[in-house]
Amino acid sequence: MLMTAPIMFFVFAIVALAAALGMLLSKNPVSSALWLILNLFCVAGLYLTLNAEFIAVIQVLVYAGAIMVLFVFVIMLLNLAELPDLKKVEWRRIIAFTMGMGLLSMLTFISANALDMLPNPPSLAAAAENGSVTNLGKALFTVYAMPLEIIGILLLAATIGAVVIAKRKPV
Amino acid sequence: MDLAWYWTALIAFVIINFLLISASVLVYAERKVSGYMQNRPGPNRVGPFGFLQPFADVVKLVFKENIVPTLANPFVHSLAPMMMVVIAMAAGALIPFARGVVIADMDVSILVLLALTSISVYGVTLAGWSSNSKYSLLGGLRSSAQMISYELSMGLAVLSVVLISSSLNMVTIVEDQAGGFGLFAWNVFRNPVGCILFIVTAFAETNRAPFDLPEAEQELVGGYHTEYSGMKFGMFFLAEYVNFFVASFVIVTLFFGGYLLPFESVIVAQFPALADSYLLMALQVLTVILKAGFFAYVFIWVRWTLPRFKYTQLMTLGWKYLLPLALVNALVVAVVLAILH
Amino acid sequence: MLSDFTPLFIQLLIAIGLSFTLLKAAALIGPKRANTIKLTSYESGMDPIGSARDRYSVKFYLVAMIFIVFDVEVVFLYPWAVTFSEFLDAGVGLGVLSVVFLFVIILAIGLLYDIKKGGLEFD
Repeated sequence: MLMTAPIMFFVFAIVALAAALGMLLSKNPVSSALWLILNLFCVAGLYLTLNAEFIAVIQVLVYAGAIMVLFVFVIMLLNLAELPDLKKVEWRRIIAFTMGMGLLSMLTFISANALDMLPNPPSLAAAAENGSVTNLGKALFTVYAMPLEIIGILLLAATIGAVVIAKRKPV
Repeated sequence: MDLAWYWTALIAFVIINFLLISASVLVYAERKVSGYMQNRPGPNRVGPFGFLQPFADVVKLVFKENIVPTLANPFVHSLAPMMMVVIAMAAGALIPFARGVVIADMDVSILVLLALTSISVYGVTLAGWSSNSKYSLLGGLRSSAQMISYELSMGLAVLSVVLISSSLNMVTIVEDQAGGFGLFAWNVFRNPVGCILFIVTAFAETNRAPFDLPEAEQELVGGYHTEYSGMKFGMFFLAEYVNFFVASFVIVTLFFGGYLLPFESVIVAQFPALADSYLLMALQVLTVILKAGFFAYVFIWVRWTLPRFKYTQLMTLGWKYLLPLALVNALVVAVVLAILH
Repeated sequence: MLSDFTPLFIQLLIAIGLSFTLLKAAALIGPKRANTIKLTSYESGMDPIGSARDRYSVKFYLVAMIFIVFDVEVVFLYPWAVTFSEFLDAGVGLGVLSVVFLFVIILAIGLLYDIKKGGLEFD
């Protein structure tokens, strides 16, 4: 069983990449959303191979089960037709592409250099210990109590904001 | 259970077949019970007492034409019923049927169950969207809005159980209810409000009456499965029955002692030979099936007794009553735990 | 642990196999006699008017939005529910409880605001 985790890691990683590409390349917004859901499942699988059970399940519960529902709702709400063809070449796109690639290569260079400086990853057993729900709870409600309340206020802002925008009277 | 994968696969196969057969039994039970409630005999032609009716229905469904509307998205149109069936069946893997008899026993199994529930929203939404019919789209939307609204209260009802047993593992939650002669420590006695909340939300999540708004015939024809025919429709039907049977199992597991025999500790003290024996295991399986069967009957009973909610009533109930109640209940359970400590 | 989830994946695979077989079997066995009337969308016997994928009320979006917020809240509470008895044993139960109360009250304000503003009215 020891070898399955690394193999599964690569399986999940490849499917996640393929799903991400599928999301970018499909023209129908709903199939894009479906690809993204598959991608989120694979990321949950990646967490599993790293022994972070709780995070993996939460990934599915919150991202696939809640946030993507909102995405699908919005796609239906706006009744998006198929996306227009991107074949027409525009000079702005070319500049954006060049700059984006430049930034990407710079970031790759920096992160490749920084790999040596990274701390050694903890072993899978240690990760399972740290990632358990119990330890998470202990840290979250004592040391990180203040950030938790701040998250609460952030969520409050989101709730109020949604209603304020949706309920705005037409001027 | 550390079993070789082929044994796990075999047990999983057995459980899926068990769910399939129980779904057909439930279809028969529903038609028979509704028949008696409405003072008519129900199915009585195929086989003894009409018992083979659901099997005849399956055969009929297989031989029906599969109609995909011209403007529908054929892939998503097939994907939606598959998702519904797969999720309903996968939830069966998480239920402990006896001490040590559970296919997937992970530390966070109850959260996995909630995650599966949250994914099943897609089956409904995508079925509504892919059909390219106004009734389907409206039915799918209503249904998914209903499911996400009640998911919160369901999560909070589960939270109150987790508070009591300090674990997200369903086996631990069952074993936690073993005290008090295996009856009085059931979570239904320790957390009655949570139990009621969970049962109500389970009705809403499985789209069963009085929450069967998605298929309100008078307004929406067939709801999200208006444009489905033949086996694809049959799969939605199958998923509905498997879903409410699995929901009955989860209600039993969380609140009614799961596989624990009533007075199990007394019985085992009386007959020490019984402890850890296969007979006890068989009795536990029988117990959990009987308990779940009772709740499956309650699902049918309620369907033929209560009228359907209006959509506004449904949303008001979910957001203005159940959600605050569930929040307060979880906090009250925590305060009582702190006081009892 | 990944190995704990293997049985779930096996069950998922078998369930996928089953539903796929059902679909394919029905598609193979069933008759294929399509005609135009049969393949148009159902609209109570009328010819369908306009697009089916019409725009609809913003309230569904609002419900989904508020759902996300409270879903995240409930997710934050699970670690608390699991560890609460340990906190009680360690004697910090009341402190943790007050943290949770504050967190829940902050979000309850949001729910109250939405109800008062009529964000959850479905009339």
